[in-house]
Amino acid sequence: MSESASTAQALEVGKARYPEEKASLRSLLSPLLFMAPAIVLVVVFFFIPVVIVLVISLTDMSTATGFNNWKWVQFDNYLRIATHPNTLPVLRNTLMYVALTLALFNVGMALVIALLTTHIPRRSGFLFRALWLLPRLTPSVVYIMMWKYVAADAPYGILNQHLLGPLGIPPTNWLPAQPWIFVILTNGFIGASFGMVIFTSAIESIPRDYMVAALVDGCSLWQRIRYLILPLLRWPLLFVTTYQTLSLLTSFEQILLLTEGQFGTEVWSLWAYQRALSNYWGNFQWGFGAALAAVLVLIGVVMALVYMRYFQFNQLVQEPKIEAL
Amino acid sequence: MKVKLENLTKRWGPVYAARDINLDINDGEFVAFLGPSGCGKTTTLLLIAGIYKPTAGRILFDDRVMNQVPPKNRNIGMVFQSYALYPHMTVYENLVFPMKLKRVPPAEMKARAQRVAEMLGISQLLDRRPGQLSGGQQQRVALGRALTKQPDLLLFDEPLSNLDARLRLSMRAEIKRLQMDLGVTAIYVTHDQVEAMTMADRVAVMKDGRLQAYCPPNELYDRPRTLFIAGFVGNPPMNFIEVEIVLRDGVYHAQRAGFDLPLLAERGGQAAGRGPVILGIRPEDVMIAEEGIAGEVYVVEPLGRDDLIDVRLGDVHVHVLADPNRRCKVGDRVHLRFNTQKIQLFDPKTEQSLLWT
Ligand SMILES: Nc1ncnc2c1ncn2[C@@H]1O[C@H](COP(=O)(O)OP(=O)(O)O)[C@@H](O)[C@H]1O
Ligand SMILES: [Mg+2]
Repeated sequence: MSESASTAQALEVGKARYPEEKASLRSLLSPLLFMAPAIVLVVVFFFIPVVIVLVISLTDMSTATGFNNWKWVQFDNYLRIATHPNTLPVLRNTLMYVALTLALFNVGMALVIALLTTHIPRRSGFLFRALWLLPRLTPSVVYIMMWKYVAADAPYGILNQHLLGPLGIPPTNWLPAQPWIFVILTNGFIGASFGMVIFTSAIESIPRDYMVAALVDGCSLWQRIRYLILPLLRWPLLFVTTYQTLSLLTSFEQILLLTEGQFGTEVWSLWAYQRALSNYWGNFQWGFGAALAAVLVLIGVVMALVYMRYFQFNQLVQEPKIEAL
Repeated sequence: MKVKLENLTKRWGPVYAARDINLDINDGEFVAFLGPSGCGKTTTLLLIAGIYKPTAGRILFDDRVMNQVPPKNRNIGMVFQSYALYPHMTVYENLVFPMKLKRVPPAEMKARAQRVAEMLGISQLLDRRPGQLSGGQQQRVALGRALTKQPDLLLFDEPLSNLDARLRLSMRAEIKRLQMDLGVTAIYVTHDQVEAMTMADRVAVMKDGRLQAYCPPNELYDRPRTLFIAGFVGNPPMNFIEVEIVLRDGVYHAQRAGFDLPLLAERGGQAAGRGPVILGIRPEDVMIAEEGIAGEVYVVEPLGRDDLIDVRLGDVHVHVLADPNRRCKVGDRVHLRFNTQKIQLFDPKTEQSLLWT
């Protein structure tokens, strides 16, 4: 009550100082001015590329047509996707890859590491987290070569020779036999550290008194996680889930290096890459690849909206504390 | 419930936050931990709550050693300076949270929460979130949350420090009243000596992790056992004057240049022949009179009910509380009479009282 009253008062003062028309012009211009840098960035680096991709996806542009002989094909590329025999299996692969990596590692494992390392002595926690950053710091090619060495075909490989061999498990060509395990592990080991860092800092910024109060109120450590820490992590959880969903949807380099999409591990972004930029026959189908990419953008946007709905995004954002402008 | 601390010690690296604390708290007693910031009050409180593990020593509740008992099994209610209300829960959810963890039946849970809410005048706030409450309201809810679980021991960590002066006054009385009505043992940490003196049955004064004194408030005021206590307790603070005690014509005198004060035999005798000692006297125990030690008014600070007057006696300054109707002005020549019944004497090296042990 008193707050809105004082706001009204402030507005009155504002009106008194500036003539009517001038005030409305100002109130229109200044927000725009403040947002201009961000708007420019979004337009140049996001909006324009999306438009270009959408435009190209309506053409038959490829290496064969070059930049001169292409023509408009309307929605032919999209129709082709709809009827392509690979569409369903690749979509299924993509969903499995994203959902499992996200649930098991990028959010799940990240949360477990963050919770564990904030409940042990600080130094050990820090060391443990630093270890989890290593996969992210290692160049992808080196990192995947190490995995390939681990999972090399029989009779070679660390798995066959040193880990499972001694247990009496017969040597196997592990990568072809269990491609999904390795796809998810290689991506997950890298992906977990992102959420880990975000969740850790979020947990550590929970005021000490809340943590003490919960214990005095009768929480066990587990109950404190359940009733206090997790609810307070809603915002970082939404952020990490959304961000990692989108980045998993579009990331394919580990899969490319590991299996090149063989053994049934072709995912959507890899498909788009192979069609548009790395065709076996040397014919890069830019138009078709762009259509594939556009579908991916659509899926990403829909997923983001679903998450915001699910986490009740509106409740998470507070009203601005300043009512200027 | 009785509480007993035996040689309780907590060390952070080289720093002793609490050192060899021995303390007995009776059932239903209200004890204040008083000391300046950083003296180890919060640490001691959190040791009792079980958040920290003692480096050495024991904590007993009713003769039961609690060192290994986790906080959730100690049945303690705690109120924080920051309120520490869970921001994602409503007031009602905050109030019932401790009971939910104790698996109190829902009907009783609701009844107890409503009773406490009524007692504290927060019934109309039950659906709000902590972010929508004022500081005073939040502190009431925090108090309610500590009470609904019907604790055996209430801990307060500077609960009123974030409230404005007037609210602090009324909450002070209210907390004291509630504690007496409920008969629950309470420990109240504060750096505000007025709070400690007005609320507590006994005050534990702490300095640098050590217990300096543990006694009823009036004793703390009338018989300070160390220089630190004498200076910390009381407002405006006690005057300290370095003097020498000599026996002249059968009467003990406290002397220094421009200062000569005859003392009562039972006080002066304790300090005679020791070389320099520190004489302490509270501003309300010095009067401006027609005769006595001569001095000059140096500063006048009107406090409303009294004037606090800084009088210069040679090279020492003495603060005096005087009637404003006297209309003392800077530069006036005045005489001071000391209430010799209230004089304190301290050893300047050990800082211990020469009168009380
Ligand atoms: N968790 C901690 N780690 C290291 N030192 C601490 C910790 N908590 C308190 N201390 C130190 O212990 C001393 C006492 O602190 P505290 O109990 O908070 O004092 P108070 O509550 O009386 O202001 C201080 O010197 C403080 O720096
Ligand atoms: Mg403190």
